Amino acid sequence: MLEKAFVGGRKYWLLIACLLGVIGVGFIMWLWQFRVGLGITGMSRDVSWGFYIGQFTYLVGVAAAGVMVVLPYYLHHYKAFGRITILAEFMAIGAVSMCLLFILVDLGNPVRMINVLLHPTPRSVLFWDMIVLNGYLFLNIFVGWNVLSAERKGSPPPGWIKPFIYLSIPWAISIHTVTAYLYAGLPGRGFWLTAIMAPRFLSSAFCAGPAILILLCLIVRKTTKFDPGKEQIRTLGSIVTYALVLNVFFFLCELFTVFYSQIPGHMHHFHYLFFGHEGHVVKLVPLMWLAFACMTAAIVLLVIPVTRRNEGILTVACVLTVVGTWIDKGFGLVVGGFVPNPLERITDYWPTVPETLIALGVWATGFLIISLLYKVATSVKVEVGAGQA
Amino acid sequence: MAVNRRKFLKIGGASILAFGAKPAADALGISPTEWLDEKLGGFTIPETLLHLFRKPAGSVAGEALTAKRWAMVVNVRALDEEIAEACKEACHRVHNVPEIDNPKHEIKWIWQEEYEHVFPGQQHEHVDEALKKLPFLVMCNHCFNPPCCRVCPTKATFKRKKDGIVLMDMHRCIGCRFCMAACPFGARSFNWIIPWPRAGAEEERRFKGKEPPTPDYPTRAKGVVEKCNFCAERLAKGQIPACVEVSQELCKKKGREPALVFGDLEDPDSEVRQLLRLHYTIRRKPELGSHPNVYYIV
Ligand code: SF4
Ligand code: SF4
Repeated sequence: MLEKAFVGGRKYWLLIACLLGVIGVGFIMWLWQFRVGLGITGMSRDVSWGFYIGQFTYLVGVAAAGVMVVLPYYLHHYKAFGRITILAEFMAIGAVSMCLLFILVDLGNPVRMINVLLHPTPRSVLFWDMIVLNGYLFLNIFVGWNVLSAERKGSPPPGWIKPFIYLSIPWAISIHTVTAYLYAGLPGRGFWLTAIMAPRFLSSAFCAGPAILILLCLIVRKTTKFDPGKEQIRTLGSIVTYALVLNVFFFLCELFTVFYSQIPGHMHHFHYLFFGHEGHVVKLVPLMWLAFACMTAAIVLLVIPVTRRNEGILTVACVLTVVGTWIDKGFGLVVGGFVPNPLERITDYWPTVPETLIALGVWATGFLIISLLYKVATSVKVEVGAGQA
Repeated sequence: MAVNRRKFLKIGGASILAFGAKPAADALGISPTEWLDEKLGGFTIPETLLHLFRKPAGSVAGEALTAKRWAMVVNVRALDEEIAEACKEACHRVHNVPEIDNPKHEIKWIWQEEYEHVFPGQQHEHVDEALKKLPFLVMCNHCFNPPCCRVCPTKATFKRKKDGIVLMDMHRCIGCRFCMAACPFGARSFNWIIPWPRAGAEEERRFKGKEPPTPDYPTRAKGVVEKCNFCAERLAKGQIPACVEVSQELCKKKGREPALVFGDLEDPDSEVRQLLRLHYTIRRKPELGSHPNVYYIV
């Protein structure tokens, strides 16, 4: 089936070429970072994780969101999603690949990465994160490919694949829960030390992921002969709505605990992010407000049935959701946890140009994977006559 | 590369001379990852530390200092700027801690902080002005229940069973910096850039001279975490930590009680235990349950 990725029109090849170009630039920058050290990034002794780990955290959510399609289809026999499960699974493959790459580029000593396997350390959450991420990648490749092959042959997927599909459902939850635990168990970091971290992660995942999937579906409809379907997009829209409302609700719960308890170590981080702490007002402040403005606007557009059912407005709401959650989780969450530092000093963080280019390179790699896989998937769908909804 | 290679052999040789227990082939044998390190990352140091730390007590030298649980008492009232600075200087010299001007890339094992930053939350508006100005010395607390060890995915950070010192195996660290996020005392530093001088790259000379000041202590590669090690390498040779030594000399000269005292917390007769009996002492962030082994007399 893979050969289908290599036949395409001019536009398809142009897209591939552009992505390869961005990957190339990112790779060269990474070689530089490899030689000089992580000092070329904006990170510091105080803010020791930055943009890379933020992207990783965000994309784990996008990957986990595949489950929002797989679960209704397989557990609740919601037939309509049969049309798009493969798109969700392939999106997850792209997202998990990006996650692993972001971890790789963040390592100070990538040649020693194998040490994680040579000295397995079950008490470290990072060890479990590695296991669940790789497992999820494997599950999605395995299931996605087999189901698509069967579809091409016009037969139902083989029976033995079912257990793997069911397994992938809790597994998707686990990747995001474990990633939340990376943060939620650290002493002295008031911003992260909260039991609601994992639920917050899941809620933001289940709005951001399906929102991205909606956008991908619309692109697929525009650029290929395969239409993911109106009903499918509409149902996804409802999922985004619920998850986004929950996400903002969980955030408000957090605010209540932090500000009603008045514990300084917990309040400082929020002050820093939303108002600037002790006169330190940074670029981050308007960004954080923008994030919550986006999410609020998206909620308004999504909860009103008339606007949600209008595909044009839905698209806008999805973009707002993606932007809002991305700033909140891909940026604010990581930086906000580190500033102020444990000695209550403030070191600002902003990604540097090389850091941004490397991150773009990783994003482009993920999009390349998704483009190739979507090309295969849509070609097969068209071939077996599932073109129009 | 030629220079690196030479230094590599030199320091390797020094470590064999110093801790001659291991045959030369063993000490210089380069594992595949190290070979990669050397080729790709510019890493030049053999596993000196590893041999040192893994050795059972007393096998290095008959007179190695041992304890069940090492601890430090910092008598802040006996400290002054000069002594604090001398401690930092001594520590950084014997451990080849590079001087880096950019505060974001700074590496520090022991340094001065103000009261309000050492004990955030303890500060109030009527705190004695004199206290606010005292140079508190801070370093890794060698926590009894260390969060940094808990999170490390490779056991590169570990608590040594026999004496409770929290050590770093800098040859195993992958540079994920999870331990930096986990340490609630900001005790850890990361090598954001190449910390040792490289031939032909003047701006990369981080040490005042051309060579690192202490040839028998390894320099580090970029991309690894490091921190205070309670002078484990000196204890093995029967010496007390460098900062303690320097501070005690200076205090004697100035006619005050010792500012830093090091000893076995589990020995009821040790000097640290006597100090703890005599004085009211505080520890940093006790509420976090990491149980620091550094005590402050304020
Ligand atoms: S002070 Fe920090 S680095 Fe030192 S043992 Fe405690 S947690 Fe680890
Ligand atoms: S940076 Fe090194 S020492 Fe710290 S947790 Fe990662 S591997 Fe362990």
